[in-house]
Amino acid sequence: MSIDSMFVHKMWDDNELSKMVEGGVPFPMLSDAGGKVGKVYGVYDENAGVEARGRFIIDPDGVVQGYEVLTPPVGRNVNETFRQVQAFQLVRETKGGEATPSGWKPGKKTLKPGPDLVGNVWKEWTTDMAFD
Amino acid sequence: MAEESAVGCARPTGGPVGEEPQEAASEKKETIQEVRSMIVVGQKAPDFVAPGYQQGKFINLKLSDYLGKWVLLCFYPGDFTFV
Repeated sequence: MSIDSMFVHKMWDDNELSKMVEGGVPFPMLSDAGGKVGKVYGVYDENAGVEARGRFIIDPDGVVQGYEVLTPPVGRNVNETFRQVQAFQLVRETKGGEATPSGWKPGKKTLKPGPDLVGNVWKEWTTDMAFD
Repeated sequence: MAEESAVGCARPTGGPVGEEPQEAASEKKETIQEVRSMIVVGQKAPDFVAPGYQQGKFINLKLSDYLGKWVLLCFYPGDFTFV
């Protein structure tokens, strides 16, 4: 979503993005003229008249599980976004029975919060697990 | 999901859904400030409708039509910006 019209979205997709992604962008490219939606999400810069690089993870109940907002010159890390979605999906599937510690990615150990884990995380998780 | 829309020369726009009507212009700024703090993790994402473009079609999309799915909502400064 950006403040550009859907006509500009089409031109961008036709003339540039389709040269990067075969068949063009598959998902909806939304138009937020005037930044009305961006204001509600806190990403609209009134002075510049544009929206920051905001990214919101919304779960199947419509609940915001996480967000990240960057100023324009720095691009996002798509892998990190997918990792967070996978982590939130695991938590949801286990109905909160499992939690994903720092550095978790699919295949890595999860933690099972409960009385026995209090004060014992050091037995289950070491700082090197925070890194790839 | 997103519905295809007919397009004329007017530039279509969308906006938040279910927002309270704003009473006076002088209160407007204050209202926006309050609205800005609405995004809290663990709470509902504000619903909205927006026009857009997808795979050769102009569409109209409502966020709440995607209930039951995981959604990544991304904002960016503008088309043809570089990163």
